[in-house]
Parts: sequence; structure tokens; C-alpha cells
Amino acid sequence: MKCIALLGMPNTGKSTFFNRFTGASARVGNWPGITIDLMAAKIPLNGQVVRVVDLPGIYDFHGFSEDEKVVRDFLENNRVDLLLIVINGVQLERQLSLALQAQQLGLPSVLLLNMADEAKRAGITVDIEKMAASLNMPVAWISAKYGEGFKSATAVIAKALATSLPTDPATLRENLRADDEIEAAMEKIMVEAVQIPKTMPKGMSSTLDRVLLHPIFGLPLFFLIMFVLFQFIFTLGKPMQDGMAWLLAQLRNLALEPMLASVPTWLQGLLLDGIYNGVGTVAAFVPVIILFFLVMTVVEDSGYLSRAAFLMDAVMAKMGLDGRSFVMLLMGFGCNVPALMGTRIMRSRALRLLTMLVIPFSLCSARLQVFLFLITAIFTAQAAPLVLFSLYLLSFATALLTALLFKRRFPSTEPFIIELPPYRLPTTRQIILRAWHEVRHFLKRASKFITLGVVAVWVLTHVPGDVPPASADTLAGHISAWLAPVLSPIGIDAQLSVVLIFGFVAKEIVIGSLAAIYGLEGDSLMGLMAQKLDWVQAYSFMLFTLIYTPCLSAVATLRNESKSYRFMFASIVWSLILAWVVSFVFYQGARALGF
Amino acid sequence: MSEPRLSSLHPGDSAIIRAISADEGLHHRLLALGFRIGKEVHLIRRAWFMGPLQVRIGTTEVIMRRSDADKIRVSRQTIQ
Repeated sequence: MKCIALLGMPNTGKSTFFNRFTGASARVGNWPGITIDLMAAKIPLNGQVVRVVDLPGIYDFHGFSEDEKVVRDFLENNRVDLLLIVINGVQLERQLSLALQAQQLGLPSVLLLNMADEAKRAGITVDIEKMAASLNMPVAWISAKYGEGFKSATAVIAKALATSLPTDPATLRENLRADDEIEAAMEKIMVEAVQIPKTMPKGMSSTLDRVLLHPIFGLPLFFLIMFVLFQFIFTLGKPMQDGMAWLLAQLRNLALEPMLASVPTWLQGLLLDGIYNGVGTVAAFVPVIILFFLVMTVVEDSGYLSRAAFLMDAVMAKMGLDGRSFVMLLMGFGCNVPALMGTRIMRSRALRLLTMLVIPFSLCSARLQVFLFLITAIFTAQAAPLVLFSLYLLSFATALLTALLFKRRFPSTEPFIIELPPYRLPTTRQIILRAWHEVRHFLKRASKFITLGVVAVWVLTHVPGDVPPASADTLAGHISAWLAPVLSPIGIDAQLSVVLIFGFVAKEIVIGSLAAIYGLEGDSLMGLMAQKLDWVQAYSFMLFTLIYTPCLSAVATLRNESKSYRFMFASIVWSLILAWVVSFVFYQGARALGF
Repeated sequence: MSEPRLSSLHPGDSAIIRAISADEGLHHRLLALGFRIGKEVHLIRRAWFMGPLQVRIGTTEVIMRRSDADKIRVSRQTIQ
């Protein structure tokens, strides 16, 4: 029987390809020359039965990790008719080496460039003919995840298999002798000269673990640490935010207003009161958001998140989730979109969907801007961090409630095993890169969603032009009159309901829209908000904003990752209902209690 | 106890892996993390509320649920 071996670097989708290529017929088996089991399957290919074996993921034929040794031992003891080399089409510059090494060793190979979909999105094109000619082996694009290109790849494989000459283990052993000698020498030195203690010395990590993973205090400590961090962000962020707002106001007064003095009044209104105030009010929060991400980067890279998974797994298991879902929820505090994509590490679709259903309730940094603005405007400096923390707790509570209600629909038995890295301090470079990334992300969104949204809100609240802005006779007034029966029972007034519509696109627009509606920015806008809203209304509005939907990008990601419009719509409908019910209960309850 | 499992160890115990009776997906994951027959594992702690276990194998630390640790048979070893 002819034998095809599958080879690739770790995390290239090699196993996904193997599963798709062999169907569900794979089983574990023993192979001569190696001590670990490998997955293999027998499949029909072009009228004959061939055996396909999945070799461990390696970086280098000549490397000395355990898996690299396994691959060498396998090739030195088993005849192979064809090697399928799977590499990530997006990381060709790093992974092509594997194909070149195979060519140098004279192994009959076919090169499969995986992740065709991602490569296409990244704008990567490959001249297949040219690459095949220089590697002297057939090359084909595939997408192991989506099954694209499988038919043509299978044809290429069958053709190559028909003409390939099997490898000769003895020759290979000769060619790889240098590596084996190094291996043996290494082992000799390790045995003779290196002492590794049987139990690892109790280092810093295990001391820290003893405190942070304490059976009783571990979890309270986790929440205390999170609370202190938020307090830190808030206390340090406030002056930065004021400074930024002052700078933006100066720019408007000293430069923009004199410059635009000669343009028509309506255009001046649109440019200054609409776009500049809108984008400026949002931009004032960028320093706080950067601070937030700096702190999150430290927490994320410190290894504490995996500990959080350990602490929370027992609770999450009751909700049908696991510790990783909890980590994804925490990641969602930054932005829901990468957290949704991060669920790809879960193999069980049910677990993944349930996690994706709860992530949108994570209080992301865009929603944080809205809350920071309203909390600063309406609550005292003492109450502010507590109010914000209560919103974070509610964000968790709604996520857990959702999981609890829907866990029966998404049953999963996925094992939960993750590596626990030692504690580390992130490098300055990592931190700076992250901050820069966030600024860029903001600028990108500012140039797209925020400006457009702010312009749209300005137009809605200023057309027709002969009535007072944002009054009942403007376009926005008509829309909010239509929404009033739904939104007035939760204390949300006409102007705020227009803002909520745009908040669906991106939460950053919410504050920008308020600025555009009232033609005010910074402190004067905060003053107006404090006059217009009491704390009950403001909190109800924040609750609704927290729960009702993440943003358009998150909704699109939900659809892309779940491959199901039904799931996406179910998620939106559920969050809208939950948002309304929570706000209603809070608003009417607080009013009934006399607040 | 005739057939000790990884899940039945106490914090501080070490043991040798004797058999892994997991399905192929889990088996692969365990192999990748270094769980092989004959290797020594050390149970560091158990989380509260029947939560996961923290286990060390070689220099790698891993957290796993009790239900998964149930699938790993070990033989207890007294620490020298």
C-alpha cells in the first residue's frame, strides 16, 4: 500500500487538512522506529487505497525538539511514497524553508499552501507555476478550514503519487546522519554534564501562585485586583482626558473658528459643531483608552489571565462554558471583535457558539468611552469608580445569565486543558506597540464610522433648517417620536434615542452624536447632560447601551465566525430584549423607590 | 485504591503515567503537552468548588478538568 505522510509547521491547519482529507476514518497507530503514536487513515485515491499519516508539526527537519526527532525517526524507518507539505500561505517567507529542506533531502513532495482565504484577504498572490518550477514539486492552494481548492489539490496529489518514487529509508538515514550525531552527542552531554533537579525549585511563579490561586482568597483577590486597576485607570485618566479636551477646544477657538469665519453658517455648523465637536469629544477619550490597553496588556502578558481561567472554570462549567470562555470575556473588555475570533481555539462548535453568544456583553473600550463621559458628567468623583465597576459586574452578570439560559441548546463535552505559563513582565516594546495599535485603530474608526455617523446625526437633527435643532419637527424628532413608546418607559428621551440608533453602528459615535446634536463639546456638553438627566435616567441609559448590541463590526464578526445568519439575528434579538428588560426593571424600580 | 487516576492524587503528590484512555482529540492534545506513558506528573493544587487541577509534567505546568484527569491512570510513587 502506498503511503502519504503529512508534514507542516505547528498551527498551519495541517490537522484540519488531515481531517478533511481523510474523512472520519483516522485512528491512532504504532510506527516502526518511533515511540509515540501517530494518527493515520486509509483512503481511496484514484482507484487505489493509500495510507495517510499525520506527522507531528515541526519547524525544521534538522531541529532537535522531541517532535522534530520523531519526524526524522519516522522517515529513517518507514518508506514514504509522497510527502504533503502544508504551509501557511500568509507566512510563506517563514515556512517555505520546510519545502526547500524536503527538496534538498530528495523527498517526493507536494506543497499545499493553506489558508487561501486569509492570503486572498491579505492581498497575497503566488505564481504557482514559477514556485513549482523552482521547488521542483507541484504546488496548490487550499483552504483547509473552508474546503476550498480540495478537488484540484486532490487531483494534483493523485498525479504526483502515480509518478513518484518511494523514499529509501537507508539513504535518508545517511543524509540525516549529521543530525543524528548531534542528537546523540547532545544526549551524552546532558547525561554527563547537566544536572536537572527532579522537582523544580520553588521559584517566583509558584510563590505567586500560592497567593493568587489560593483556594479561598484567589477569586476575591482577582476581583480586588481588577477593581484596583480600574480605579487606577480612572484616577490617572481623568486629568489626561481634561488636558486633551482643553487642547482640542484651544485648537477650535484659536485656529479653526478664525479660519472658517468666511464659509456659510450651515457649513460652519456642520464642520465645527457637527464633525469637529463630535470627533473631538471622542478623541478626548483616546488617552484613557490607551491607558486602559496598557494595563490590559500588562495583565494579559503577565500570565495572570490563564490563572483567571483556572479560578473561574468551576463557575463557568456550571454555565456550560469553560475557563477559556472567561478569558475571552476578559479580552472582550478591550474589543469584542478579537475576542469573538479568539473562540477559534475551541473545537466544539456548541461551546464556541455559546461563548460567542456571551462575548457581546463584555464592556468593550468603545462602550467604556460612553460610560466615562456620562459618569464624569453626572456622578461625584467618589462614586464614579464604583459606578463604573458596577457596570463591569453587570456586564459579567448578563453574560453568565445568557449562558445559563442557553446552555441546554449548546451542550459540549470539550476537554479543558491549557498550559499555564510562568509569570512574566511584558517588555516596554510590547506595551508601546499595543498603545500605538490602539491609536491607529481609533484613527481608522474615526475616519470611517465616527465621522460618517456624526455627520448623519447632525443632518437628522438639523433638517429642516427652519426649526430649532434636535426639536420635535426635525427628522430625528420624527424618529424618536416613533420610538418613544418603547424607550420612554426606560427613561430614555428623544435625543438619546436617536443617539442609540447610531450607537448600533459603533459605540464611539454615541458621545460624538451628543456633541453634534447640541453643538457643544467637552465640559459644556457634560454640564448640559448633568442638567438634562438625573442619575437614574443616566444609569438606565448606560445599562441599555451596555447590553443592547456591541457594534456593527462585532455583529459582522458574529456572522463570519458562526457562518450563520440565524445565530447572528438570534444574538441581536436576545440582547435587545435583555437590554430593555434590565433597563425597565432598573428604571421603574428606582422610580418606585422614590429616586 | 486499585487503579489510581491523576484526578485522585492529592496536592503535592507525584506519580508515573501508566495509561491514557482518552479519545483521539484529547490524546493528541495531551501528547503535545508532554503527557506520555512512563512520565512523572506532579499535582500542584486543586481549584475550589470541584474546579480544575494544576499539574506539572517536566517543566510544563498545565491546568485540566478533573473529568479529563480521570482518563489518565497513574501509579503512585513515594517521593525520594
